[in-house]
Amino acid sequence: MSSETQKILTTDGIPLEESLKKAEKKNKIKAFLLVCPLLLFLIITYVFPIGDMLFRSVDDRMVTNMLPKTYKAMENWDGKELPEEEVFEAFYQDYKLLVEEKTFGKLATQLNYEKNGFKSILKKLQRKMKKFEEGNYKEQIMNVHKRWANVEYWRAIKRRAPAISYSKYLKGMDLIEDESGSITQVPEDRRVHRVLWLRTLEVAFFVTLFCFVMAYPIAHLLATLPMKYSNLLMICVLLPFWTSLLVRTASWMILLQQQGVVNDFFVWIGLVADDNRPEMMYNKTGTYVAMTQILLPFMVLPLYSVMKTISPSLMRAGKSLGGTPFIAFWKVYFPLTIPGIGAGCLLVFILAIGYYITPALVGGASGTLISNQIAFHMKSTLDWSFASAMGLMLLTGVLAIYWVYNKLVGVDNIKLG
Amino acid sequence: MALPKYTETRYRIWHYIYLTFCAGVFIFLIAPLFVIFPLSFNAEEFLVFSDGMKRLDPDAFSLRWYEDMVYGTKNPWGLAAKNSFIIAIFATLGSIILGTTAALGLSSRHMPYKGLIMATLISPMIVPLIISGVAIFFFMAKVGLAATHTGIVLAHIILGTPFVVITVTATLTGFDHSVTRAASSLGSDPVNTFMKITLPLILPGVISGGLFAFVTSFDEVVVVLFLAGLENTTIPIQMWTGLREQLSPTILAVATCLIVLSTLILVTAELLRRRSERIRGININ
Repeated sequence: MSSETQKILTTDGIPLEESLKKAEKKNKIKAFLLVCPLLLFLIITYVFPIGDMLFRSVDDRMVTNMLPKTYKAMENWDGKELPEEEVFEAFYQDYKLLVEEKTFGKLATQLNYEKNGFKSILKKLQRKMKKFEEGNYKEQIMNVHKRWANVEYWRAIKRRAPAISYSKYLKGMDLIEDESGSITQVPEDRRVHRVLWLRTLEVAFFVTLFCFVMAYPIAHLLATLPMKYSNLLMICVLLPFWTSLLVRTASWMILLQQQGVVNDFFVWIGLVADDNRPEMMYNKTGTYVAMTQILLPFMVLPLYSVMKTISPSLMRAGKSLGGTPFIAFWKVYFPLTIPGIGAGCLLVFILAIGYYITPALVGGASGTLISNQIAFHMKSTLDWSFASAMGLMLLTGVLAIYWVYNKLVGVDNIKLG
Repeated sequence: MALPKYTETRYRIWHYIYLTFCAGVFIFLIAPLFVIFPLSFNAEEFLVFSDGMKRLDPDAFSLRWYEDMVYGTKNPWGLAAKNSFIIAIFATLGSIILGTTAALGLSSRHMPYKGLIMATLISPMIVPLIISGVAIFFFMAKVGLAATHTGIVLAHIILGTPFVVITVTATLTGFDHSVTRAASSLGSDPVNTFMKITLPLILPGVISGGLFAFVTSFDEVVVVLFLAGLENTTIPIQMWTGLREQLSPTILAVATCLIVLSTLILVTAELLRRRSERIRGININ
């Protein structure tokens, strides 16, 4: 029998195999076209802008664009001795243009970041420049101020030449690249960011821990109670889940204030004296209490959905085989709930690490987290490239956690209510 | 949950400790919401229970903060509420349309690169809001949509679609595809099949995803803080400003209304979930 006759043909005379492949391809395209609108929408409005953040965080062309001729002339300068006349002339011409456009202030700010003392000598140069004569600019500029004759300042200009700089990332970790190019820590009184990173991690860790300790028993109770009771109790979990974050934060502000209900209760049971009510808000206590209550449903729901699938007969079997209730729980029940624990903990941790509304309202000065800092740079200092750099550092951390989550639990297993 | 008669005393004690702990956690979860109700009816402007309120004296209660919320000139709650509803409704519609079509494609077993695309589609839910806010702000500023309703609606569609994608995909897992094939073999075109067969079956999932999208938009403050101008103020922005400056009883009146709204949404979502489980033949008990 030849292979020709073995081929099964469809009614059109096309081999079945080919016809099936065609249909498969058509289905693939159909499925893809359905996903396309949302995918394109998200890529344009969301994925690209995040890429744009990456670009902004390393983009350092501001100075380069302001002094194009200078950098061209500097290409051959080795940076050891003072540059030649042509560099001075190019710098004079660039700077003259900036003065005419009235944008020289920006250059002064940027160069002052690089080396202190640039602002005043640039201002002085701007005043004296009007009387400059043609030719021999090196002499004339150096006569304006003695710092212009200092090679350090010219080296500082040259250091800003690359179009890409990772200095914002270093700044986010309280590091700085000094003049010789080695990376060192910033002076102790200016180390603000590392404290914030550590505090963010600390808050996220403890909130996750508190949520776990509180959620595990109630998820167990909800999963083992008969349906008619557990439905009622489930409302206690779901109502806060559906309620506005700001409403819940507001209620904690009322409860925790010094004349608030919690303090009243403590006085009433005699735990504290009336004239010595503890401060429970605008510090870490407030942040922990409010964030734990707000994120608790995110821990309860995944735990509950896992625990509901565990048959109660397993615990009975464990006990009948001679284990005490504790051993039966530890050896049989607990290992089965680990997927739920993983999902809940990572969900709460990821949410907590990016939180800032609640800490900003009830946390006071010690409630500032890394997100507050990003918002601050976006809205107040307008240092968008630094905000982008910090945002991406946070994002990298979250994506790493998310990757672990995906490995352990799988994205598809996220359940909502 | 009654204990068997033969339980030893020490396990009985443990059991009661466990029940007490659970009761404590439930109170911790739900009590903060209830403290707002009575205080929003306070006749005075302090945010503590007055002696009159503790005696349940009718004179200690009043509706003045609700009047202030509706007629007060200091806070533009009216404008904020209008904006919030308009933005949330359009964002919900957008999320439902985009999310449902995408979920239909994703649930097809022919879908290529399923994992990667799914991860991209739900990424706005995973990425911390502050980062989404920064990125979306850069985009909206570039295309000139910052401080417009359109910009905020688009931003909320981004944040809302993951919920619709997840709930509708979940509904579609138990979906019997032979019913759509039956419809097409009986001569129905794809659009008709979707409207008459698929949509009614997945409707609970679509609506509950829509509710998530609505709540996300209605409650969203981080991204809006970057995007909104004075004209686009929303309820969360007003609350955020109010809570930062001074906690006034008017905010509690607004908060009470929001709690009532979320209770309604919760009830709807729960009813839909049960209906969906019944349709898909999952036994609740």
